[in-house]
Amino acid sequence: MLENAWIIPALPVTSFFLILFFGKRLPGKGHELGIAAVGIAFILSCVCVSQWVAKPADYHPPAAHEASATTGEASAAPEGGEEEGIRQPVVHEVTWFETGDTTVKVGTHMDGLAVMLVFTVTLISLLVHIFSTNYMHGDRRYTHFFAALSLFTAGMLIMVTSSTTLLLLVGWEMMGLCSFMLIGHWWEEQKNSDAALKAFFTTRTGDIGLLVGLSILFVAAGNTFEISTINSKALSGDIAHGVVLAAAAALLCAVIGKSAQFPLHTWLPDAMAGPTPVSALIHAATMVVAGVYLVARLYGVFWSGFSIANGTVNPLAAVGGITIIIAALLAFVQSDIKKVLAYSTVSQLGYMVMALGVGAWTAGIFHLFTHAMFKGLLFLGAGSVSHAVHSFDMKKDMGGLKKHMPVTFWTFVIGSLALAGIPPLAGFWSKDEILVGASENGYKFFLIVGLVGAFMTACYMTRCVYLTFFGEYRGHGHPHESPIAITAPLVVLGVMAVVAGWVNFPAHAAEWFGKWTENEVFAVAGVQSHKFAPGLAFAGFLMGVGGIAAGWAYYARNWGPHRLTERSKPALRGYVFLENKYYLDYIETDLVVGSIKGPIARGAYWINQQILDAVVNGAATVSRAVARFTYDYIDQKGVDGIVNGAGVGAEEGGSVLRVLQTGRVQQYAAFLFGGVVLLGGALILFA
Amino acid sequence: MYLNQFLFLAAFLFCVGVYGVLARKNGVLVLMSVELILNAVNVNLVAFGAFHNTVVGQVFALFVIAIAAAEVGVGLAIVLLIYRNKHSIDLSEVDIMKG
Amino acid sequence: MVAQNVIFGIIAAAMALAAIRVVTTSNIVHAALYLVVVLGGVAALYILLAAEFTAVVQVLVYIGAIVVLFLFGIMLTRAPIGPTTNLDNDQRGIALVVSVFLLGLLGAILVDAYGKTKLGEDIAVQRTAEVGTSIFQDYVIPFEIISILLLAALIGAVVIARRD
Repeated sequence: MLENAWIIPALPVTSFFLILFFGKRLPGKGHELGIAAVGIAFILSCVCVSQWVAKPADYHPPAAHEASATTGEASAAPEGGEEEGIRQPVVHEVTWFETGDTTVKVGTHMDGLAVMLVFTVTLISLLVHIFSTNYMHGDRRYTHFFAALSLFTAGMLIMVTSSTTLLLLVGWEMMGLCSFMLIGHWWEEQKNSDAALKAFFTTRTGDIGLLVGLSILFVAAGNTFEISTINSKALSGDIAHGVVLAAAAALLCAVIGKSAQFPLHTWLPDAMAGPTPVSALIHAATMVVAGVYLVARLYGVFWSGFSIANGTVNPLAAVGGITIIIAALLAFVQSDIKKVLAYSTVSQLGYMVMALGVGAWTAGIFHLFTHAMFKGLLFLGAGSVSHAVHSFDMKKDMGGLKKHMPVTFWTFVIGSLALAGIPPLAGFWSKDEILVGASENGYKFFLIVGLVGAFMTACYMTRCVYLTFFGEYRGHGHPHESPIAITAPLVVLGVMAVVAGWVNFPAHAAEWFGKWTENEVFAVAGVQSHKFAPGLAFAGFLMGVGGIAAGWAYYARNWGPHRLTERSKPALRGYVFLENKYYLDYIETDLVVGSIKGPIARGAYWINQQILDAVVNGAATVSRAVARFTYDYIDQKGVDGIVNGAGVGAEEGGSVLRVLQTGRVQQYAAFLFGGVVLLGGALILFA
Repeated sequence: MYLNQFLFLAAFLFCVGVYGVLARKNGVLVLMSVELILNAVNVNLVAFGAFHNTVVGQVFALFVIAIAAAEVGVGLAIVLLIYRNKHSIDLSEVDIMKG
Repeated sequence: MVAQNVIFGIIAAAMALAAIRVVTTSNIVHAALYLVVVLGGVAALYILLAAEFTAVVQVLVYIGAIVVLFLFGIMLTRAPIGPTTNLDNDQRGIALVVSVFLLGLLGAILVDAYGKTKLGEDIAVQRTAEVGTSIFQDYVIPFEIISILLLAALIGAVVIARRD
């Protein structure tokens, strides 16, 4: 299956077209095709996982100038089994087209990272499909919803399995389009279409960086789109450091846009206007991690460009760190449950980006994996809750749902604990690895940021859980547990949230995840992977427990300084600042866009009309004058004059010469003899 | 005797004949001028024949005389025809070929 | 010899004058008569050059036949008898110029080529028998052609001038 991995994205693409053409006529209105396609893709991805795990790890990639002591040596012949190599990726490509001496190929590049993501994407997509059969039942565009879900899954799978940056870009753009379609699924309401446009444009702003970065890499790596070539060239120093830095900075823009980092994170909370399954699939587990995947896949570029090995603050880590904190702060002031989860997603994405920025590659990827599980679970749980109470507002319409919806309650709690980082649930292991990586690689500041973030995460999730499930029911409906189509995915994800962390259980024999995903960049660049540090693990655990306790105390028991905003002006201003989301929306819409729309656009229009058009019109006027002059003088008088003159000249000449033709023979004889005299004279004189 | 005196005389006759051909209006007079020219040629021929002591000059002169006779005959016939058609033999009126 | 030169001079003067009168007189018949003088002078020159047969033929054919023909032509074309106003056309001037220049040209050539050439003291008389022999032996073909030419001229003149 690893060689034929292209089948996995091909299945959802096929089902997209089939659903569009035939979906409405089927009894299930197309969801059978969608579930079948993604289901088979999931099974095939499990096959891939097993094949990959069973592969022997004996590949030693040719090393570069930055080989380090802990990982693979620069040897073509393995040395007696002491040092383990990595699993060699399975690359399967066909030539798409050739121009000049550049060959563009498309194909799949299956290594641990790709296999892991294929598994995650197909699993979450399958569960979301099943969830949506009940959640979206009776929707006005049910069939198109499933078609878009299939297309999105196809796009993500294309992106993660591609072996060339060109195909990666194709998948990236497909996901952007499907995200737009799905967020604006109920576009009849202005709010939804606005949110869809905002998402699209904000990510588009980042995509400028993607195109610039990929173009730089294409040229710098010698006119090739191959990811493995780009990585090895970036690490080996074949590309100048400035160029790699420029490419990394451009790609960082794409990551900021797509993965909702500060300052382009504003689209993600607004994207919650889309249906909840969409939020679960796209904006929690899969699309937003595309940016993280980009960094992980092209890690050679970032490692060399940002000099991550040096332990100095680099843009990647800084962006991630800032995002963790500001998103967590914003999660405290939301009353919409989905918005809390959205900011939580932004914050966790910040963790992943920060992890990659501090050189903890395995930690970042591992956190991606576990986060997909428990964030997907939390979103589907929110969907289940809203399905019951028909609203997303925690303060007004929820509360005390623990009694009415037990399955939803318990799975939601498991998800929250996993997110907060409580052992032995998944989040603990991945978050801890990030903290270890930050401290061991010399990024002490980001270690502090990570710990503070963990505290805040636990705190706001406790608030969320409390407001939703505890206390008295404040709504007006009759909430009840959701049907099996909704709760079954919740249970499955709940189980995954518990066990997913054990894949990388930190004992040497069992650090499976780390070993499975080690790739060439690791071996060549010497990315470190570290041992479990009990001290830091305990510190993380304390932060999690402390956050839960603080949240419970403040919100459940009403201890602490309540109503602070009423008593203290600075606190009020701070609260308003948070409520307005740091005025970023205002800056973006009114200041940036508004000024471009208004004065700058008017100025450009003025320049266009007065200056550019003046040039063009002036050229036209000059041309007309020249043409008229040419016609009147040169053509009519000059050229025609010559032509007519030739005619007239011939006529007049003829009239003049006609005089000689008198018809009288004697005159002709006179000319004859005269000519003889002249010629004879000439003969005598000159000969 | 110099050869040149005969040749000069012949040249003089020739030029007078040319003048006559160009300047005379009456067709018959033109023909007479042509006879002058031919006689000039004959004098030339015979003079050279005497100079080289050969009989060829005379022979050629005889031939020229015969040709002159034939030519006058035909020429006068043409003049008669012109007279019959136009009732005058003023050659300056014969300008049908005027272009 | 002096005698030959004197005779030549007289004959030449007569011929020159007569020739000029042919082309300048305003009486057609007088022009024909002046032509007779010229032709007779030519015959006398032939005698001077010891070409007796040719002289006789000249008199016979030219004066005897051709001038008569001219006179018949004058008669048949009702040429005005007596002096008429003008027998010259408009281009007298040009004709004069042309003929003078032609004379000059020819004179220059002759002086250049035969300035000092003398004829022999006694020109050998060519006997008529030799002329005949030369015609009928060496130049028989031109002779035959001339006879055909005369025939053609005869027929042609008849055809052209007959009344139909």
